Amino acid sequence: MTEHVVIVGGGTGGTVLANDLADRLEPELDAGDVRVTLVNDDPDHVYKPVWLYVPFGQREPDDGRRSLDDLVDDAIELKIDRMSDIDTESQRLQFRGSSPSVDYDYLVLATGSTLEPDRIPGLAEAGHDYYSESGATALRKELLEFTEGKLVLSVIGAPHMCPAAPLEFVFMADDWFRERGLREDVDITYTYPIQRVHGNPHIAEWAQPIMEDRGINVETFFNAESVDPKAETITSMEGTDLDYDLLVTIPPHAGIDLIEEAGLGDDGWVEVDKRTLEAEVAENVYALGDTADTGVPNAGSVAHYQAGVVGQRLASEIRERPATATYDGKTLCFIETGMDAASFVEFDYENPPSPAPPSEKLHWSKLAYNESYWLTARGLL
Amino acid sequence: MTDIEPDATVDARGAACPGPLMDLIGKIRSAESGDVIRLLSDNNQSLTDVPEWVEEAGNELLALDEHDDYNAFYVEKV
Ligand SMILES: Cc1cc2nc3c(=O)[nH]c(=O)nc-3n(C[C@H](O)[C@H](O)[C@H](O)COP(=O)(O)OP(=O)(O)OC[C@H]3O[C@@H](n4cnc5c(N)ncnc54)[C@H](O)[C@@H]3O)c2cc1C
Repeated sequence: MTEHVVIVGGGTGGTVLANDLADRLEPELDAGDVRVTLVNDDPDHVYKPVWLYVPFGQREPDDGRRSLDDLVDDAIELKIDRMSDIDTESQRLQFRGSSPSVDYDYLVLATGSTLEPDRIPGLAEAGHDYYSESGATALRKELLEFTEGKLVLSVIGAPHMCPAAPLEFVFMADDWFRERGLREDVDITYTYPIQRVHGNPHIAEWAQPIMEDRGINVETFFNAESVDPKAETITSMEGTDLDYDLLVTIPPHAGIDLIEEAGLGDDGWVEVDKRTLEAEVAENVYALGDTADTGVPNAGSVAHYQAGVVGQRLASEIRERPATATYDGKTLCFIETGMDAASFVEFDYENPPSPAPPSEKLHWSKLAYNESYWLTARGLL
Repeated sequence: MTDIEPDATVDARGAACPGPLMDLIGKIRSAESGDVIRLLSDNNQSLTDVPEWVEEAGNELLALDEHDDYNAFYVEKV
């Protein structure tokens, strides 16, 4: 009997996993004992970290797109359609387009994060973001023309993709306006939902003095409740009003609705064992990347490491051996601290991060990583 | 041990900080004024984070039950 592995989501985690399985299960795929299908709702693979640079005019949205067909090994069956139903009892998936339903023996959910700006009244109309391709492109138009006034960066969603990216944005904006002699005319404010500037206390402790040094205003305990596009103010649940001329936010995030409808977890995040990445409430279902509720950051590096773990576990299960590979919480992240300097952190479930001193070398390492990402997606790095 | 009947419970046991506080804030966002939310957390940081935020946001911490391996916070949305 042929065993069918279906991976839903051809972003970082799903693509790395598909190529990992093409390599790891080569004999079984060649013999027809295993099939692997990768489902994605877009023919392109999208690499989101490029969007951070788009508003500053430093990258084009297309730099973050490549055809999945070019990235994924030929041994993988590629299906471009949007999954519209998950039935974990009968192990069957339905699709929105013309594709017939698909039965799986093993399902891997790698459907990432979705933005939900509509949860905050006024936000969709007035707020800009760099967390979507269209958002980054629209923000570029505003930012390139912005020469004076109040720039507010408000972190609303948590968890959100790449916890470092809001810090990176204000550090880059500060440096960018400074280099252009405009910093005195631009007031930068950063807001965060809890009492520190970042969820991780070690990173918060490192970032706070840099923000003070660079004259970036900070509003902590700020959970946006509404935005008034006419008055150009954003109001928090804690009762603070902030005026803005340009509002950039990290909008509320959620996983896809289907996950909640299938009873796999709240808000579209799959409840998993944080070491094995197996879904808690269904058999033969794994989740990885942003949609796996492990408590670690929603980051591409996490999705990449988790793909390796799920690949090993699936190969063990298919070969009827005990699956022993586990995820240890490993997270790796470069943090831009300006237009030509960056820091770096590495941590896991047991060991906290300790940000490296910012340097130009680390900035170039981040840019070099972004270029070599396409080798990672192909499973070569 | 309190006998308050919560309107909703958020079980954030196992979540690393700031997960429990963020989960509570998320629930309070969608709650009605007067609702009581019970937050279960086994993260020690919640013992300081949660009361600080509750006060900042003008809500009320009605009770805190300390269990062997977790704490239960009862927060009323004002
Ligand atoms: C501005 C920005 C900067 C970032 N910078 C970094 C960084 O420097 N370092 C880092 O590690 N991470 C960074 N990240 C985070 C990183 O991009 C994500 O964490 C990562 O992409 C998660 O991978 P994933 O596979 O879980 O999901 P994704 O890469 O988001 O892929 C999910 C895929 O599933 C598809 N999909 C969803 N629903 C369905 C459905 N129903 N049917 C079919 N297909 C579906 C989507 O179209 C998508 O292709 C950044 C993110 C942003 C927004």
